[in-house]
Amino acid sequence: MTPLSGYLLVAAILFSIGLAGALTRRNAILVLIGIELMLNAANLNLIAFWRYGPHPEALTGMMFAIFSIAVAAAEAAVGLGLVISIHRHAHTTDLDRMNRMKG
Amino acid sequence: MSIAFYLIAALTVAGGLAAVLLKNTVHCALVLTVAFAGLALFFLQLDAQFAGFAQILVYIGAVAILVVFAILLTRGSETPKDSVFSKNWFAGLVIAAGIFAVLGWAVLQSGRVLPHETAVPTVTVLQIGNALMGCYVLPLEIVALLLTAAMIGAVIVALHEKEGTK
Amino acid sequence: MIYTMDQIFVLLQHWLMGLLPAALQPIVGILLGVAAIVCLFPALFALTTVFERKGLARIQNRIGPNRVGPLGILQPVADGIKSLTKEDIVPLSADAAVHFLAPLVLVVAVFMGFAVLPMGRNMVLVDMDAGLLFFFAMGASTELAVFMAGWSSRNKYSLLGAMRAVAQMISYEVPLLMSSVAVVMIAGSLSLTKIVEAQNHYTWGLPHWYIFTPWGLAGFLMYAIATTAETNRSPFDLPEGESELVAGYHTEYSGFKFALFFLGEYLAMFSISGLGTTLFLGGWSAPFSFLGWVPSWFWFFSKMMLSIFVFIWMRGTLPRLRQDQLMNFAWKFVLPLTLVNLMVTVLWRFLGEGWQRWVFCSAILVLAYAAMGLAGMRRGHFGPRRYRYAE
Repeated sequence: MTPLSGYLLVAAILFSIGLAGALTRRNAILVLIGIELMLNAANLNLIAFWRYGPHPEALTGMMFAIFSIAVAAAEAAVGLGLVISIHRHAHTTDLDRMNRMKG
Repeated sequence: MSIAFYLIAALTVAGGLAAVLLKNTVHCALVLTVAFAGLALFFLQLDAQFAGFAQILVYIGAVAILVVFAILLTRGSETPKDSVFSKNWFAGLVIAAGIFAVLGWAVLQSGRVLPHETAVPTVTVLQIGNALMGCYVLPLEIVALLLTAAMIGAVIVALHEKEGTK
Repeated sequence: MIYTMDQIFVLLQHWLMGLLPAALQPIVGILLGVAAIVCLFPALFALTTVFERKGLARIQNRIGPNRVGPLGILQPVADGIKSLTKEDIVPLSADAAVHFLAPLVLVVAVFMGFAVLPMGRNMVLVDMDAGLLFFFAMGASTELAVFMAGWSSRNKYSLLGAMRAVAQMISYEVPLLMSSVAVVMIAGSLSLTKIVEAQNHYTWGLPHWYIFTPWGLAGFLMYAIATTAETNRSPFDLPEGESELVAGYHTEYSGFKFALFFLGEYLAMFSISGLGTTLFLGGWSAPFSFLGWVPSWFWFFSKMMLSIFVFIWMRGTLPRLRQDQLMNFAWKFVLPLTLVNLMVTVLWRFLGEGWQRWVFCSAILVLAYAAMGLAGMRRGHFGPRRYRYAE
């Protein structure tokens, strides 16, 4: 097993853990935690391919990962703002209870 | 595959698992920080120092604190009465396991076409700066716009309405 | 002789490494550097506690500790014995794991920051290309430790103190980074050794330190304000204000863990003033070119101790700022001024040598400061307080 396969496997494990967390937990914030784990796994993939890929001096993978970190931070901020706003309205963050469109 | 790789992998995967399995939400957020730190160590091991330090600064220094603040503001630190997993948790688990099976099979099957050992790239911050101002200036400006919009949007969404629904 | 004195620690390290077989040499070299930092800075911390208590006492017209040893010098020994032998009380409802880990995370994150400070010529533990970024990443990790301490104690005062401390540290992190970016722009590198070497030139005997330029002076003042807030020192010490929050986020800690928090706070002060001397005060370079024979590590440590003395002086003199005054100050005054400072730095760089750039840059900075000050005072930022919850 090449080193690159090792990193890709770890990224795949993290991605599925994040996906499982996002799909099975009740609290909306834990869904966002799962999403952050998935984004991190994708970043690991990008950097691993940059390192072991054909042209590391082109910096493509690293740039992609840096932009992905910035965008993930922005998305976490907006997502958590939404969760706080919904909590203010529905007085709960339990996703199983928020199953109606009626406000 | 050095011992360091296995240790950091164990730390990161354990952190990720604990982050989705623990009952106490604040504990989940704190263990998520361990997973972020493990990923930063991976980046450092892959000779991507700038990405590693940016990961620590942004994720541990900002996103983790944001998550923790959101948990405290939405009373998430109180222990829930019902189970923390939703009613159809099994379907979610099956889907995640299926995705992992497909990804793992793809990675292990392509073992012979993946490159083995390449020279260590020496990346200086000067090169990153030149790249950001050179070929990647358009994504940089778009990300700047995006961050401004996200900041304004998050503030407006979370703002307390004075005469609105209260 | 001068070279030997200047490089005495480096030569000592190489000699000790030479006593061992070649395979172990790199590891032992680094371990020696780590051991030097781990021994030296807590010793400086002990000295600073006595320095601070005597200094504050003299400012407040009293004497300070003078029982233990001549002039109270051995007070830290007494304090150390006390904190090591005190009973370690953990509240019953506290979150045991997080309560235990919080001081450890704080001290580890703070110690990591010392790895990139150039304490003398050739005396950096790790010469990283992105050294400044590493330092700020470690500084950002301390915020989480503060939150962990406050939340795990299950105590309203601790949580309130922790939230205030984290909000304050986040607010002042942006001015801290922005004032350092101005230095990076002129020096052209994030590596701290290169920043010091860019300041190590002399014109007519006077050094080229960045503090002696208009943008450097403004940047240094804003950096000083931001560091005082980042380390929760007076006048920004509301999170641990003894008169209001018992002891803030370290209320429920006793004995050795409290000593660790105390150590962490002072070490953070050392490392961030070390960074300030590296960025603005020329690091290990001597003030005048004819003083170049004095060892470089002496200049670094004296500049750092001078900054610590100014911290103690500010603590004894200035009253405490209220939380909303503090945050208003950060976001509405210091941050716009750091942005103006960045613009002025660009102007400085592109105007070229000569008297014009001095006049223009100083004029722009003074005008911006006056305008923001007048606008702030007129608009009355200290209106009635409104509380906001998430429901």
